[in-house]
Amino acid sequence: MSASVLFDAPGPRARSWTLVGNIVGALVVLAVAAWVLVQLDSKGQLEPQLWADAVSARTWQYYLIPGLLNTLRAAAFAIVGSIVFGLVFGMGRLSQVSLVRGVSGTVVEFFRAVPVLLMMVFFYGLFGQLLPGVSDKAFLAVVVALILYNGSVIAELVRSGVGNLPRGQGEAGLAIGLTPGQTLRSIQLPQALVAMLPAMVSQIVVVLKDSALGQLIGYQELLRTGQIVYSADGNPLQVLTVVAVVFIVLNLLLTVVAHQLSRLLSSRTAGQTIEGTGIGNPTAVAAGAGGPNNI
Amino acid sequence: MNDYLSGLGALLQQYDVLGAFWTNIQLTFWGALIALALGTLLALMRISPIASLRWAGATYVSVFRNTPLTIIMTFMVMGVWTALQIQLADNFEDNFFRLAVVGLAVYHAAFVCEAIRSGVNTVPLGQAEAARAIGLSFLPAARLIILPQAFRGATAPLGNTLIALLKNSTVAAAASVSWETSSTMKTMIEFNPNYLWEIFAVFAIGYVILVIPIGLLTTWLSQRLAVKR
Repeated sequence: MSASVLFDAPGPRARSWTLVGNIVGALVVLAVAAWVLVQLDSKGQLEPQLWADAVSARTWQYYLIPGLLNTLRAAAFAIVGSIVFGLVFGMGRLSQVSLVRGVSGTVVEFFRAVPVLLMMVFFYGLFGQLLPGVSDKAFLAVVVALILYNGSVIAELVRSGVGNLPRGQGEAGLAIGLTPGQTLRSIQLPQALVAMLPAMVSQIVVVLKDSALGQLIGYQELLRTGQIVYSADGNPLQVLTVVAVVFIVLNLLLTVVAHQLSRLLSSRTAGQTIEGTGIGNPTAVAAGAGGPNNI
Repeated sequence: MNDYLSGLGALLQQYDVLGAFWTNIQLTFWGALIALALGTLLALMRISPIASLRWAGATYVSVFRNTPLTIIMTFMVMGVWTALQIQLADNFEDNFFRLAVVGLAVYHAAFVCEAIRSGVNTVPLGQAEAARAIGLSFLPAARLIILPQAFRGATAPLGNTLIALLKNSTVAAAASVSWETSSTMKTMIEFNPNYLWEIFAVFAIGYVILVIPIGLLTTWLSQRLAVKR
């Protein structure tokens, strides 16, 4: 933070002003926190019993941990599937054949535009008709919807990763007599994949968060099992807080991994390692990004 | 064939599909407005010289960016409304709608903040130094020099967040806004499973029609507004 250029290196007067501002700011933050606690208390939401029920061994053993395992199971299948989907359609968008390019482009743009929840609802209905004997239709619907959306995002990452490589990489491949396809597979893709690895880890955060949408079609993931707990114990605020904290901790760990990867790998590729925006299209970065860091 | 078409026609008349899309557009509009205001405030906090405000802004962003929107929406109804008895309107429909708008806004404000911050990163050092050289302190410099250029640079990520917000407005289903698109589609599929593909096509194409122009517009704007350096 000392390198920030938005404000001058403070002199004695500015330092005292900053100190005052700091104390006032801290007081405001504490006042807001205190106000929230008072409100919670006045509605009886700070009762120790409500919180104890939300974190009791029984809650974890029978509800939250099985739910978390289901969340992780759906996310794991979805991540592997979307990497395969993303590689296939990302390479399709870079193909020399215009038909393949056009079809891959349409598929990717379509699945990026349709909300994941609509896809989940549709596939839940579809699997209900196609696979009447299968019991885990909600799981399949969650995984397929997540694969189609996140796979399309990864396809965009592949395309922009190859596009962001210096032109010389592709030209060198062609110059030593490789075909365009060989150049893509053995020169451009390996470097693009290294460059996009941090953004792909950020995408896992999106997959984990979106898996909670499965609750709306009845998949027994962490939020759903949490709902079962609070509808019996009558402590929705407490249980939802616990569930949210589990998600936040998992996602923060992944964010740290993405950040470290981005630093580690930037010397391993001719491209630029980006971490992804964590929402929508990760390749939508600010115009002229990569300039001097002001913050 | 005639039966098929008349059945589909009757289905589309029976359910208010356009009204459902209008609900999502309204959710998006109000959500985006509040998220933009809150996100700008958070971005200002995160670049300010005051450490406690920087810390508060960073904490807000890492909490809300990492919580699933579905949990926030469920929390708005079960936590804020049921447990804390905070009501935002007298009738049920308006109440759920406003709770959903607040849920969408607090979630997307974190992403707006990060988009603006990435825009601030595109403003060259010299701009901030020039602002200081002519004697502007932090707030005037931010208001007159940094933020106007930051917003221009942030057009692409802000547009990206707006598209995500439009698509995420379907999660209002978790906040009991049962007349928006995903809930309407679910009901239609439940009662008319023989038209499954057609129903999905109608809603999916609706979103494609809404999303693609926003994408094209923000790409065009981001090129047009980019400060030429």
